[in-house]
Amino acid sequence: MSDRRDFMGKVLGAWAGLGALGALYAAKRTWDPLPSVKAAGKTVVDVSGAKENELHTELWRGKPVFVMKVSPNDPAHKDKRLVQIGNDKFFVAIGLCTHLGCIPTYFPEKHKFICPCHGGQFNSAGEVLKSPPPKPLVIPPFKVEGTKLVLGEEGEQYKKLKAAGVVA
Amino acid sequence: MAHFDPNARPFSHKWLNERLAIDTLEKVLAKEYWIPKNINFLWAMGMVLATTFGLLLISGIFLLMYYIPDTKQAFDSVNHTIMQEVGYGWLWRHIHGVAASIVFLIIYIHMFTGIYYGSYKRGRELIWLSGMLLFVTFSAEAFAGYVLPWGQMSYWAGMVITNLFEGFSSDFLGGHLHFPGLVEWIRGNYVPSQAFLGRFFMLHVVLLPLVIIGLIVLHFGALRIPHVNNQDGEEIDFEAEAEKWKAGLRKESKVIPFKPVFLSKDVFVLGIYLTFFFYLVFYHFEFAMDPVNFDPANPLKTPPHIYPEWYFLWSYEVLRAFPKNPGLIAFGFAQVIFFLLPFLDRSPNVAPANRRGLFKIWFWVLLIDMVGLTILGKLPPVGIYTPFGKAFAYIFIALWLILPFITKAEKPIGGK
Repeated sequence: MSDRRDFMGKVLGAWAGLGALGALYAAKRTWDPLPSVKAAGKTVVDVSGAKENELHTELWRGKPVFVMKVSPNDPAHKDKRLVQIGNDKFFVAIGLCTHLGCIPTYFPEKHKFICPCHGGQFNSAGEVLKSPPPKPLVIPPFKVEGTKLVLGEEGEQYKKLKAAGVVA
Repeated sequence: MAHFDPNARPFSHKWLNERLAIDTLEKVLAKEYWIPKNINFLWAMGMVLATTFGLLLISGIFLLMYYIPDTKQAFDSVNHTIMQEVGYGWLWRHIHGVAASIVFLIIYIHMFTGIYYGSYKRGRELIWLSGMLLFVTFSAEAFAGYVLPWGQMSYWAGMVITNLFEGFSSDFLGGHLHFPGLVEWIRGNYVPSQAFLGRFFMLHVVLLPLVIIGLIVLHFGALRIPHVNNQDGEEIDFEAEAEKWKAGLRKESKVIPFKPVFLSKDVFVLGIYLTFFFYLVFYHFEFAMDPVNFDPANPLKTPPHIYPEWYFLWSYEVLRAFPKNPGLIAFGFAQVIFFLLPFLDRSPNVAPANRRGLFKIWFWVLLIDMVGLTILGKLPPVGIYTPFGKAFAYIFIALWLILPFITKAEKPIGGK
């Protein structure tokens, strides 16, 4: 009798446990980003009218993306993280500090970004000049099409930068 | 078989007693729940906290009637509808904002009272642990609530705090402790947005309050058997002392019943507290209302200086005193270390800190260090503040590392 009751107890426990696991999975999926969010389209930026050392902030998947034509007298002009579009070098990066996600402010006369939250600094290729940010500003997936920059697609230059390990 | 008197008038005392045992309930919960005589006003902080939680709950219910958890409407539903249109809407908001801030002041007083008098030892470990769980849940509740008005500080605090869940940077330990996906999962989007506001609204108004209420019950339950501590850490035989009281030896007994004796003292302290509280609500509510949060959320503009509310500043300062990875370790340390207090204090003494040798110094240094961290956390991370912040953060960590050693070396008091 007791064996039978134990067995029934275990079956009940296992069945309820399965249900709990299912409910947990459903809860997890409910918290997932929605498909419409995931499928957020690409952002196309025309850079033909860009001026040197003038920062543009585009919105891509809800995040600010910095796009700037880097002037030849900027100390960061030779940096390998810059993107070649036509004859010009462009700085492209997600404009969120890699420390805790604040938006750094650009100071054109100093050619650098300073984060308002914890004082991190980046040069105009996104390299860290002063901690706490642990790594350079992240380069988003991009593709160059003529004078257009497509954010959200992996083009040849992006793949090269990725292979060189400098995108993130 | 229970006996029900057919002649008892409905809802009369006898009628209720037969059905709900109200006399027994009152006896067990209040009239024969014993509190030591040897206590001071700091022992009233529990009731002060319970009352403040009640104020938060009531004001929150009224705010909930008009608040709209929609990124396009949230800001106006608070700053226009509730503040300008709803009759006395400002009262609920100011009570809610002031109580949310002051509740942490009382929590810290309550915590440091417990640390000072050693009220986390000798059977009282679960009181301490359930209290720490309450502190953490209140912190989460406060953060979730701060997001709701969808102002600049709401948005950017949401951004910064959820980013902490990214863990360590991708080049640390082979990236095994780097979870960018977790951040997006928590937010339900790449950045704080509608999904984020919706789920933090749910957490703030339903899930976390339920958890808090459950933990309060656990906290009270954990208090029942060991009873509250007293000013000398004296081990009292509560049963024997209670018998004295019941036999009429009220002067000789070391204890008093919760109701009505302790309650009358509690209510007195509560009266002073509420006078102060409503003074703040009516005349100085602005300390709990950050001006930056009166700008609507703008995902493309970080406010020049982001800082948390005052009660998070000490742990925030520990976080930002270091570069990202060590900062995260130090922050994690600061979050969990208070939980371990009953186990890190190796001394058997339950006594006020001023009788415990080195522990006395430890206590006051910890208190001053945390006040220092709080002040530095509010200042921008420039110039002399940076090395000071670092020093205070190191002192905080060092204090906890030496605690087991100084308490182990402590001489037993009394020596029965």
